[in-house]
Amino acid sequence: MALDTPKHSIGQAIVHDSATLHVSGSAQFTDDVSEPRDLLYAAIGMSEHAHAQIMELDLGSVRSAPGVVAVITAEDIPGENNFGAVVADDPLLAYDKVQHLGQAVFAVAATSVNAAREAVLKARITYQPLPVILDARAAVAANSKVLPSETISSGDSASAIANAAHQLKGAVYLGGQDQFYMEGQISMAIPEEGGAMQVLCSTQHPTEVQHIVAHALNLASKDVTIICRRMGGGFGGKESQPAQFASLAAILAKKSGRPVKLRLDRDTDMCVTGKRHDFDVRYHVGFDDRGRIEGVDFDLASRCGMSADLSGAINDRAMFHCDNAYYLPNVNITSHRGKTNTVSNTAFRGFGGPQGMFAIEYVVEEIAAHLKLDPLLVRRRNFYGKTSRNVTPYKQKVEDNVIKQLVNELEVTADYKQRKKDIAKFNRGSTSLKRGIALTPVKFGISFTTQHLNQAGALIHVYQDGSVHLNHGGTEMGQGLFTKVAQVVAEEFQIDPKHIKIMATNTAKVPNTSATAASSGSDLNGKAAQQAARTIKSRLVTFATEHFRVSANQIKFSNNQVHVGTNTLEFSALVHLAYLSRISLSSTGFYKTPKIHFDKKTFTGRPFYYYAYGAAVSEVVIDVLTGEQRTLRVDILHDCGSSLNPAMDMGQIEGGFIQGAGWLTTEELYYDAAGALQTHAPSTYKVPLCSDIPPDFRVNILKHSPNREQTIYRSKAVGEPPLMLALSVFFAIRNAVAANGGRNLQAPATPEAILAALNKAC
Amino acid sequence: MQGDQTSHNSIRFVLDGAVHEASNVEPTTTLLEYLREDLRRTGTKEGCAEGDCGACTVVVGELEPNANKVSLFTANACLQCLPTLDGKQLFTVESLGEYPDSLHPVQQSMVDKHASQCGFCTPGFVMSLFWLYKSQTRTNYNELLRVLSGNICRCTGYRPILDAGLAMHAYESEREDWLNVPGNDTPQDQHTLQLLSSLDTGTSLALRKSPTDGINYLAPVDLSELAGQYQKHPDATLLAGGTDIGIWITKTFRKFPMLIHTGRVAVLKQISITSKSIEIGSAVTLTQLIPTLLQEFPELDDFLNRFASLPIRNLATLGGNICNASPIGDSMPVLLSLGTELKLRKGNTTRTMALNEFYLDYQKTALQSGEFLESISIPRRAKGSKLGSYKISKRFDQDISAVCASFYLQNHDTGERKIRIAYGGVAAIPKRAYATEEFINRNPINPLNIAKALEILATEFTPLSDMRASAGYRSQVSENLLSRFLQRIWQGETDTRLISVRDYQHGT
Repeated sequence: MALDTPKHSIGQAIVHDSATLHVSGSAQFTDDVSEPRDLLYAAIGMSEHAHAQIMELDLGSVRSAPGVVAVITAEDIPGENNFGAVVADDPLLAYDKVQHLGQAVFAVAATSVNAAREAVLKARITYQPLPVILDARAAVAANSKVLPSETISSGDSASAIANAAHQLKGAVYLGGQDQFYMEGQISMAIPEEGGAMQVLCSTQHPTEVQHIVAHALNLASKDVTIICRRMGGGFGGKESQPAQFASLAAILAKKSGRPVKLRLDRDTDMCVTGKRHDFDVRYHVGFDDRGRIEGVDFDLASRCGMSADLSGAINDRAMFHCDNAYYLPNVNITSHRGKTNTVSNTAFRGFGGPQGMFAIEYVVEEIAAHLKLDPLLVRRRNFYGKTSRNVTPYKQKVEDNVIKQLVNELEVTADYKQRKKDIAKFNRGSTSLKRGIALTPVKFGISFTTQHLNQAGALIHVYQDGSVHLNHGGTEMGQGLFTKVAQVVAEEFQIDPKHIKIMATNTAKVPNTSATAASSGSDLNGKAAQQAARTIKSRLVTFATEHFRVSANQIKFSNNQVHVGTNTLEFSALVHLAYLSRISLSSTGFYKTPKIHFDKKTFTGRPFYYYAYGAAVSEVVIDVLTGEQRTLRVDILHDCGSSLNPAMDMGQIEGGFIQGAGWLTTEELYYDAAGALQTHAPSTYKVPLCSDIPPDFRVNILKHSPNREQTIYRSKAVGEPPLMLALSVFFAIRNAVAANGGRNLQAPATPEAILAALNKAC
Repeated sequence: MQGDQTSHNSIRFVLDGAVHEASNVEPTTTLLEYLREDLRRTGTKEGCAEGDCGACTVVVGELEPNANKVSLFTANACLQCLPTLDGKQLFTVESLGEYPDSLHPVQQSMVDKHASQCGFCTPGFVMSLFWLYKSQTRTNYNELLRVLSGNICRCTGYRPILDAGLAMHAYESEREDWLNVPGNDTPQDQHTLQLLSSLDTGTSLALRKSPTDGINYLAPVDLSELAGQYQKHPDATLLAGGTDIGIWITKTFRKFPMLIHTGRVAVLKQISITSKSIEIGSAVTLTQLIPTLLQEFPELDDFLNRFASLPIRNLATLGGNICNASPIGDSMPVLLSLGTELKLRKGNTTRTMALNEFYLDYQKTALQSGEFLESISIPRRAKGSKLGSYKISKRFDQDISAVCASFYLQNHDTGERKIRIAYGGVAAIPKRAYATEEFINRNPINPLNIAKALEILATEFTPLSDMRASAGYRSQVSENLLSRFLQRIWQGETDTRLISVRDYQHGT
């Protein structure tokens, strides 16, 4: 097949397939879909204690409240009362005892949204309070863990540290983060004939929702269909969490015999759904006079909340990223997964990686401060090598290292050296304002570390008029996955993307899918769709060789046409001819990531197919009297391999960076002593606004850097890695704090955290 | 006022070139609920139901008094009680263009700049930008930051949205219909004007649950009716901009026996300037007030433009901020430092009271049953006076202060120095630091006395720790801000504090 023609769609900055729908307000999110007749609206009744025995659950006033049609508790669940996908420790509705403040205890369906939400407030629940553990270290101290601790060990860190010329020991706290997808969690369950259930759900993981709804209703998977056209943002928060709300809607629908929609209001959403894990990091490092690390120990404790959820894989990924871009010859990384009486923390863009990376970057900065060296110099001295010093703590060889040249290029384009001098000069002449600058690298491992998840399916139909119907297992949350996969199919058929209809993700179309997560969406689904398209295309080519009596190499697809020998016909005309000749114009496609393997027992192997790289330089200014800070300029150079769509990739880089900057500056999760989250709405939880972005923001995609692995058109995953570029903002603030003698800055660097670090000036 | 001549009983507003009439709705129905559930115009989204995310942004038009002109403003549909829309013009994202062929320039610019990802916040951004497109013929980066201060996007990182805003005026609108806003002179404008004028009947809006029930929503058009009705129904709740009441409705399902809306009483929406004072009607919005206040006190620019967000400032009133009596309301420290007086009315009687006597305890004011705030009086600026007002919050825009401070120094050079020091966020009420004031009034400003003043200040407040900041941080920053202001006076220097990125060069 002739595929070497200039790229038709791949690599073009094609606009998001829903862009015109978005701007006109006509893109349908789950709550916008026409409502079925007799629809009921649901609400969740939440626990008022962080840890308590339920002594009495009096829902009489709830049941008799105006408009209430159905009320369910744990006892009303026909099947399994669990939505924990890895460990069965996550009840859909609490029974016997509650384990975090805000946990769902019962649910109500009523004739209006307000009737349901008002009714749940009428519950009278009697609790017997139990001891409460709120933070990760307290949990570890009490041996309260959702999963056993894990260790990665390579070399002999203890003696390497002891024998090093310098040693440093310290601790740092790193806060969590709410996903704050703009569209809250929502599911609409519609009962179907024969006891089957269809659920429209805002989810990154329709297959898992299907399984959990089926288990809850005592149905087989075949009887449950999950559909998601788009999400109003996901960021990991709609990976494992939506199954609970889809199940509650489905149980209420089964009980009432009517369709039920459960849409969480913002405050409920933020109280009952998991967030990014906060970490307490302890480190002990030994290094030489030049700042090269000889040995390092990390002890990580994370707040997992009341259940395991995805905490195992998240904490594993944190461990896998404690090296970032640096060679650690002797290392010991221990990870504790603290069980606390808080909401069960879950996936969030980066999935533990950012926390691991933060740990090593903090250590590198401490080394530079101790030796009074430019942190960039220390970073360079520790970078992975290309031919030696290139094995990770988990024994994967780093084969695609571009960090050195990437950082070299950025250092020049960002004018790092001169600006560092200018900043030093500014700081000498300024007492109340101090500036700071930092350059930080990113090396992020791509693949699900759970091997079997690295698979995907697609289903393509070509209709008689040449238009194409595209289904795959990935979900669209704004990242542009549907656009990219459509580009792949357009490229295979050499037709314009407008001829391709991208369908809602539907478990009835493509089965057994993995979550759209781990940045893997286009890597996996692009390849699966490509394979489906190639199957159909090869049938068309075979047909054409027979029909037109030419050889296959005389057939060329180009620009919505097919050249057959000296004849040219429209793609649609060839398709129609093929139909008349009874050629199948529909095919599935399948893909599994090659090369990866991992032994969880020894924590060694090749968990990642490849790595994505990037680096950023941030410059900030702080006010030493108030701790306020502003980010003034950011320069980014990021590796997307050969970009499938530079506009989409730019969106992921910039958006990920700003989201990461929010995590490390203004976004603070505040729990009170009783375990109540006090920052559960945008009035108190502050995500970045447009005035928070750097007024000087220069972002570039690394050129001429195709993926060395055979990914889809040699592109690289881009969903998560750019978030970690924002570490540069945090370390620039730290740099400014240090200019005033401050130290030990904690994250997020709120004005209060900055002032606290400044107060530690010696 | 019960008769047909003086009141009407259905909510009427102009939508897409026609009068829309809404009857049989609860007065506490929000505009957002009405749009999504009754009209099925689902382009307007709910992201937070508290006016903090902007996904529900709509544009409202209002006939300017005595002028054939409509003024437009953005608003959060999630907070607006539907009846407050009576007599106005409404634009939602559906008013602008139809998918896919007739996009408005703002929409096309957003598409061309890749300014949407998940698309959930997009209609809100489109509406904020639409307002700017209609209000000005060009824009710049800093203007965009101000206009978009109430819109959250969690996906894009904003850069492409700002680019779309910068580019949108280069696109021309081809639409010749209700999108032309009066002020221009096309036939369509006249049509909108006629529609709006037909709604401007000069009568109160009075709503009842059923014809046999009492009034549960009243929007009087003159002050005596307002005063009379409130005196008669002291259990009624006064509804001004509704940016707090909207949250009581959406978050706590609060019920009101009767709502009395102040926003239709013309005299309460007026600002007048005399030789002695600036007189501000209690229903004047913050957006309306800011230009007047900046003429007198230009150093408040950054402070006032960080007051909530633009759509909130468009609805929220100064009177509402004062009467809601929150210890963290942003207007009160400034007003306290400026020596503001209030005019209170109950029926036909009025009295004046200094603002510093108005707050009795946490969210408790000196207002008596049936009494309300009629106007606010800020003394004209004293010659040579210095004003420093500071807002400290986790995020620069659209945030609630951890600490808010305002310092006003008069007669510094003439010997009869008089300083007023007021803080929000450090006590149960917005409060002045009298002992510190007295010390500074009696002693020369120099480093030694500044240190002593700070020691006194530390004894005057006992702040709390909460999710916005710890008590220790609040205390330290309170002292640092006063120190900064006094140092500046002592050294005769201009302020070097870090303000918003608006002051830094926007790079290319």
